[in-house]
Amino acid sequence: MPSLLFYLFALITLGFGLMVVLARNPVTSALSLAMSFVGLAALFISLDAFFIGTIQILVYAGAVMVLFLFIIMLLDIKAESDRKTNVAAIVGAIVLGSVLAVQIATVSAAHHQSDLTLNEAALNLVAAGNQMAATDKDLPTISKDLKAGILPDTKLMGLALFKQYGFHLQVMGLLLMVGTVGVVVLSKRDKEVAR
Amino acid sequence: MITLSHYLVVSGILFALGLAGVVARRNIIIIYMCLEMMLSAANLTLVAFSRFHVLAGLPDYSAQALVFFTITVAAAEVAVGLAIIVALYRSKQSVEVESVTKLQG
Repeated sequence: MPSLLFYLFALITLGFGLMVVLARNPVTSALSLAMSFVGLAALFISLDAFFIGTIQILVYAGAVMVLFLFIIMLLDIKAESDRKTNVAAIVGAIVLGSVLAVQIATVSAAHHQSDLTLNEAALNLVAAGNQMAATDKDLPTISKDLKAGILPDTKLMGLALFKQYGFHLQVMGLLLMVGTVGVVVLSKRDKEVAR
Repeated sequence: MITLSHYLVVSGILFALGLAGVVARRNIIIIYMCLEMMLSAANLTLVAFSRFHVLAGLPDYSAQALVFFTITVAAAEVAVGLAIIVALYRSKQSVEVESVTKLQG
């Protein structure tokens, strides 16, 4: 990925991220967050994580942001009035944010691989395909793609999820079910109180 | 050329923006959006490390599996959190953090 595109999408991500924090109108914030997530998905795709980039758009920019917009419009939340601006909180946020950003920049510059470029950390798809063809004879589809020089990102992701993290995946399913039941219990009106 | 630290710095700035939003804003829904932004910043770090840690010619898919789980948890969290916000709005008629001060004593 050319450097220019990286800077463009980093600018989209961070610029719209700043808009989320600064906008007075909640709808502006929500739409800016959706754009910020689209920029982030482009950064994911620039890192060869096609599946993660796709579900970032589908789940975050699609489902989650629609839920946010739905709640904002359902509750009919107006833009914040400036009459009681909390100066201490804003100053604290700016100081805390800049200290954290500088700290993270320093730590990441000190990382022993921080100067590694994408060309230096090149993927060796053909070698990986040959190795996978030798070890996993049941899965010719992945090794065939790899030998042809294509990164079958979603297939490899599925292989990792179902081969290594099968139990964790089921725990996630349980979590989603508990979440669904929790939402139903929370949004149910208490009949005794309502009367 | 783009290095690993470029991605880490973008992720760090995004996280710091989210943190600043959580501290400065008073609208609970916007605080919630900033939390989502911080989770995504952590995801960017994980994906960057996954790509730059080449294992046998391929990216490290353990990190991307963790990102998948993070996105799932975040989606479940949004559903439950927004249900709590709606329940809160029903009892307080407001989504400002100042309206919820019962625990202050």
